[in-house]
Order: sequence, then structure tokens, then C-alpha cells
Amino acid sequence: MSETESPEAPAPARREPAWMSLLPTVRMTLLSIAVALAFGAVLIAISDPRVVGADSFGGALKGLGSAIGGSYWALVTGSIGSWAAFVDTLTKAAPLVCAGLGVTLAFRAGLFNIGAQGQLVLGAIFAGYVGFAMDLPVGIHLVVAVIAAGVGGALWGAIPGLLKARTGAHEVITTIMLNYVGGSLLLYLLTNVSAFGRAGQLNPRSRPVDASATFPTIFSIHIGVLLAVVATAVVWWLLERTTLGFQMKAAGANPLASRTAGMNVPRLYMYAMMIAGGLAGLGAAMTVLGQRLSLTTSFAGSLGFDAITVALLGRATPVGTLLAGLLFGALDAGGVQMQAGQGTPIQLTEVIKALIVLFVAAPAAVRGLLRLKGKAPGTTMEAKGWGG
Amino acid sequence: MQLEIRGLTKRFGSFTANDSIDLTIEPGEIHCLLGENGAGKSTLMNMLYGLLEPTEGGIFIDGKPAHFLTPADAIKAGIGMVHQHFMLVPVFTVAENVMLGREQLKSFGRLDRKAAAERVRELSSTYKLKVEPESLVESLPVGVQQRVEIIKALANDAEVLILDEPTAVLTPQETDELMEIMRSLKARGTSIIFITHKLREVKAIGDKITVIRRGKVVGTAPPSTSEAELAEMMVGRAVNLTVEKDPHPPGADVLSVKGVTVIDSRGATVVNDVSFTARAGEVLAIAGVQGNGQTELIKTLMGLIKPTAGTVELDGEDISQHGPRRSLEAGIGYIPEDRAHDGYVGSFGVDENLVLDQFRNPEFSSRGILRLDAIARNARKTVEEFDIRTETIKSSLSSLSGGNQQKVVVARELSRPLRVLIASQPTRGVDVGSIEFIHKRIIEERDRGTAVVIVSTELDEVFALADRIAVMCDGRIVDTVSPDIQREEIGLLMAGGGTHE
Repeated sequence: MSETESPEAPAPARREPAWMSLLPTVRMTLLSIAVALAFGAVLIAISDPRVVGADSFGGALKGLGSAIGGSYWALVTGSIGSWAAFVDTLTKAAPLVCAGLGVTLAFRAGLFNIGAQGQLVLGAIFAGYVGFAMDLPVGIHLVVAVIAAGVGGALWGAIPGLLKARTGAHEVITTIMLNYVGGSLLLYLLTNVSAFGRAGQLNPRSRPVDASATFPTIFSIHIGVLLAVVATAVVWWLLERTTLGFQMKAAGANPLASRTAGMNVPRLYMYAMMIAGGLAGLGAAMTVLGQRLSLTTSFAGSLGFDAITVALLGRATPVGTLLAGLLFGALDAGGVQMQAGQGTPIQLTEVIKALIVLFVAAPAAVRGLLRLKGKAPGTTMEAKGWGG
Repeated sequence: MQLEIRGLTKRFGSFTANDSIDLTIEPGEIHCLLGENGAGKSTLMNMLYGLLEPTEGGIFIDGKPAHFLTPADAIKAGIGMVHQHFMLVPVFTVAENVMLGREQLKSFGRLDRKAAAERVRELSSTYKLKVEPESLVESLPVGVQQRVEIIKALANDAEVLILDEPTAVLTPQETDELMEIMRSLKARGTSIIFITHKLREVKAIGDKITVIRRGKVVGTAPPSTSEAELAEMMVGRAVNLTVEKDPHPPGADVLSVKGVTVIDSRGATVVNDVSFTARAGEVLAIAGVQGNGQTELIKTLMGLIKPTAGTVELDGEDISQHGPRRSLEAGIGYIPEDRAHDGYVGSFGVDENLVLDQFRNPEFSSRGILRLDAIARNARKTVEEFDIRTETIKSSLSSLSGGNQQKVVVARELSRPLRVLIASQPTRGVDVGSIEFIHKRIIEERDRGTAVVIVSTELDEVFALADRIAVMCDGRIVDTVSPDIQREEIGLLMAGGGTHE
């Protein structure tokens, strides 16, 4: 009653296995996805000429069915409808998962890492340079390139970590600024440094990565994809089984108590940002060494920002991030098919992604729409990151 | 007015916080509501004040049913509440705070500050509540801020005043003054519902005492009832109110504090040239009113603040520059004052919190990898030993009651060999049953030869535990006395009134 925030009496606890407590979260996430798809259907309907251009009500209704059904069917076939589609999904998901894990890990340490984009870019610069400018034996070349990607990302993550630890500068601001710096650095290298690109081009592009530095493929999946799964397991292990993860989580949840318990909180921030950057760099390795095979100014697209949404959708858990990354990868892959086959703009998948995250962040909206009762889990997660 | 509660019940899901409570508050009565933390006092008052809707039962004013959907309804009906955490705007004056929400306007929508100040003056003289209407609230001591809250309620024509643990934040002198104010309110016909778990106060001021336990009224008692009987009603079993403590000869100096001065970031000297020694097998209590430098002094001992001047020596070695990890590893146990901020991680389980500062111990980790089985084993053992009431060892600390949260912190610190135990407000917000237990464990720690330093603002606690008392006021240790000293005398020292010779 005095300074406690807990309610007067603890609610009677339920005896159930630990995973049961995740069920409401999973349910809310699935419902959010469903509601987002429903909104997407409305958008498809009002933008499709088969519906708005129909000359009768019946025709419009028929058009409605074929527009929505066709578009979503294309989304499904384009992402998991064939082996090639599935490979495409995995290829697009893998870098998202890695960069998302970086955001997740930083988040658990109480840091809002907006800098995955910049960390990816630096990882790509390092990986790319090793890939096309260094001459190393087969096997070793790839390993060195992947490690270089991780180091590049980690260095870029270390800067905001160091600034936070030493000066208290807020990581949200420093990481956003370093995204700009990273992007500009890449442009500079591609346009002005001969080792990277050919000067004076309109679309700056680096030399292609040597074959010895690219990921080999098994059943047309490049093995970098497997690294994303390994990374998920390693991040889970780090958070749940090691003293470092224990301290990071403690520092994230209550830095004062962590300091009182003898932890070096600034150093933990530093480590968390370095590992987060390294994971984003690993994601860049997958893009550069497995997918695009050369550097362009837009090679990363909005990968670093999608990584944030993936981490949020995955509720800042490693496995959740993996699943969310797969979903986003599927949307990206299926979106291409949707546009090609049905003429539905690929931007729709971006809208659906945004809506999913919006509804996950505002569970009250989903409950209101579906007239559900009860308290939503995990509603405060997004706000908390700003507290650091 | 007469306020009656009949069969009031509040359920949260399957949990019954208040079970069919009956209570009648007569006009001009000081009705004490006594109960442990989590007994349901706050739930009851929140229903009375329109913050919670009752599941069953009703509230009657002078026999007529009343329904409060919001606090505004309750205020209109004549119910006022002084929350434990004040609801004042610090940068406003007293008069501005009192008029907030029902401002009187002059022409062109200008605020009529004069009328508000006049109203404050009037209430303050009627009820003997000494307050200057023009003072800024943030410049006022806590006791006076509380008076502003009372005036605010009275300005709303409150006839029933709910005081939620009002003495928790007051000095002994301020508590006496509050009691005077309560008597003068009573004399003018205002009824008071006085919520507390301090037995001494209940006996001193109450007309009628209602004891609540686990959401039910377990009985009413006249103020003549003995403290032991009241405690038994409250806890449900006989409670030993005095700490059993044999005299124990103090050993060698363990912790020597020499000339410690702390200047805070605003340039204020918060700890001023403090020196003392803590000896093995002795409890040294640092008594003082909240905010007189104890917090900073204790943090300095733990290495959480580096002193501006002076040294803290543990067995002759200066530890003041090392930081908390070295202090913990050197065998200092620390129970922080503000447990929610410094003592535990709310989202962590009981098991994790029990090793929060011990996870490096080879018992709980090796080569950076946690030994989850050992951590779980430790949690099961400690939960059992310290009677921590938790559903599972994985339950998050924030789901536990305040008393049990404190037990987790105490258990963690006392479960390892210590050279020094530093405990700041070890029983704040903890119920009588747990206080008894925590005190017993602290004395056991002393008898084991640990040097114990207790910081407390509760005189009862200081007298119960201390072998020596250092009184702190204004950043200085004004005197060190033996616990045979009179209560009044130490109260005077705490207020800075002269030095004991």
C-alpha cells in the first residue's frame, strides 16, 4: 500500500504451464493479422476496376469476389505456392529475421535500436569489400566476408552504444542520425572510391562479389538462410541461458536495480548495441552475398525499418521475431506475384504490413472491432523502449 | 452526516477483494480502518470515493442510497479523500491548488485569486490548519502539503474525510500535529475514516476501530483494546510486537565512515562530514526524518554515490571508490530504501530476483552460463525458509504483495555470509506479520557477528532493533545515543532541536 505499485492483493494465480501464458498474445497477433487482411480486402475492392467499373450491382459483387480472392490467392501462391516461391519467401525473410533479432535484443536491454538500417549498410560495405576487392581461397573467402559484415554492423552499433554509455545520449536519436551517415557513406564509396564502384554512373553499383564469397545453395536456397535460424537460437540462448543475457534483460527492465545489484549498466548497453549491430550486419551479408551479389545505394530498401516492425510484431522475443520475419518475407514474395498476376499494386502488402503492426500496437482497436472482451496482453511494450 | 456501507462486495474476476463489508460512520466520529497490506482497505475506500464500482451491496448517506460513478459524485455527496501520494500541483500556490477545478472568475475570465486565498484563510483558522495561502506548494514541508490536501477536501464541503495512511510520510512531530487537526475537525462535526496499520496511532486517536483481514471485517474494537490484541485481529494469529533480543557484546570495528561529505548535482551539501563506525555483532540505527541525507549516505556506503570527501573503510580498506559490485563481493548485504526502484526487477521472476546480485556466484553460473537448476533450487529453498507467498517461483515480482516483495529482497541479502548488513527502511510498507519476521532475521544476523546498519524513519523500529542510535538531521549526525533515551528526546533531535548531552 505504501510505495508498491501492485494491486491491493495479487490476482489469484492460475496453475498452467509457462507456454499457456503466451496464448493470449498469439491470439491477439493472429487476430491483428486477420483484421489487417480484412482492411486490405476493402482496399483491393475499392481500387479494382472489376468492382468500381462494373455496370451492375451483381457484376460488382462478382468482381469483388474475384478481385479479393484473386489477389490474396496470388499472395499465397507467390509466397508458398511452389518451391521457387517458398525459396523466395525464405530469401527475403532471412535478412529481416537477422536485423529484427538485433532490434529485439537491444529492446530487451531497454534500448530502442532504430539504427538497423545503418548497421545493415555498414555490414554490407564490409562484406562487399571483402567479397569483391579481396582475393581469398574458396571457403575462407565467404567466412571472412560474413565475419566482416558482422564486424561492420557491430562497429556501427557500438557508436550509439558508446555515446549512450559515456554521455547518456539517447540511442533513438543517435541511431537515426547514423542511418543517414551510413547511407551517405555508401553513396560516397560507390561514386567516388574506385575500389567500390565506377565513378560517374547514374545508378551507382559496385563490382559483383566474387563467386567464392557468395553463399552456396542447396535446393536453390542459399545457406545464409540457415544462419538466420542459427542466429535465432543463439539470441534465445544468450537471453535465456547466459549471465550476459540475464544482465541485459535486468538492465532493460530496471537499470537502477541492476546497478544496485552490481551490474555495469553502461557496459551492458554497449554490448547490447554491438551485438544488435552485428546481427544487422549478418542480415546484410545474406542480402549482399546471397541475394543481390553487388552493392547499390538502395540494396537494403527499407529492410532496417521493416526489422523494427518485425521485432515489434514478434513481441521482442527471438522465436516471435523469426515467425514475424517469415510472415513479412512471405508478404514481400507474394506481393510480387500479386502485382504481376492480378495487377494489384505491390504497395498493398506494405499497407497490410503497416496495418498488422498498427493493430498489434493497439490491441484495443482490434478488440473494439471484433467486440472482444478482456484485457490485452503486452500493450505497453512499444512505449517502454523510449524510457531508456 | 451518517455514512453507512452495507454488504459491500468487490470482485476482480474470481478474486474477492472485499467480501460483504458493513461499516457505519457516525457524524463527528474518527473511525479507524486497520488492516495489513492487501487486506482490502484501499479497495473499500476506492469504492467509497467513486473510483471503483461495487459488485454488490450499497452505500447509504443518512439512510438514503448513494451511487458514485466518479470521484466527482462522491465529492458532491460530501466525501473527501486525502491520498497517500498528494494530488497537488507543485508549482502552484496553496490557494491556486485549493481553487483548482472550481475556479471563481472575475470579469473577462480572470481568476479571482483573492477570493480563493480568503477561503483558505477562513478554513485554516476554523480548523486550526496553519497554512499560508500564498506559499508555493513545492516549498512546503510534507506535513504542510498534507494540510493543503485536507483544506482542499474541506473547501469542497467534505463531511466525511478519508485519510489514507496519512502518517506514513510524517515526522513524529507532524504526526502529533495531524492528530490535533483531526481532533478539531471532529469537534466541528466532520467524520474521519483513518486508514493505517500503525497500532499506536489507532489507539491514540480512534473512536472506533474496524479491523479488516482478507477482504472481510473481522471485528470492531474500542480504542482501549491492547496493541497485541489488535495485531492479532489484524494478522489472524498472535504476533510478537517486541523484538526478542539478548544483549550482545559488540566486536571489532568493521565499517568505518570517516568525514563523508556528499554534494549533489545541484550543489547542495546533502551529507555533511559524517563519521561513525559499525561494529561486528551490533545494530547501529540511523534515525532521522526522511530526506535528511540518509538516502545519500547509504548509497555512498554501497559505492552507488562517490563521496565528495571522506572515506568508507571496510576492515581498513577504503571501498568508497569501487562501486556496488565490489561492495557486494566484499560481503556487504544491502536492502535498499526504495525496493521497487533499487531492490528488484518487477518483470523478473522470484527465482531470478533471488540471484539478482548473486548470479556471478559459482553456485549459480559457470563460465557465463546460468545454472538454472541451482537457481530454481535456491528459489524453492528460500521461498520456503522466508515464507514468501508466491504462486510459483517463476511468478513475476510485480504480481506479489508489497510485503512479499520486501521479503524477496531481504531473503536475497540474508542468504549469504555477510560482513555488514545495510538495511534502509527494511519494513516500510510491510505488514505486522512480516515486520516481526524481518526484525527477527536482522537480529539473528547481528548475533552471527555481522555489523548491522539500519536506517529508519520509524521510531518504533529504531527502538526495537538498535544497540546504538545515530540521529541524522540536515546531513549531519547530530548525536549518537543509547536506545534507553526517551522517545520525545529523540524526536527533538530528529527535528534538529539541540544536542543531547
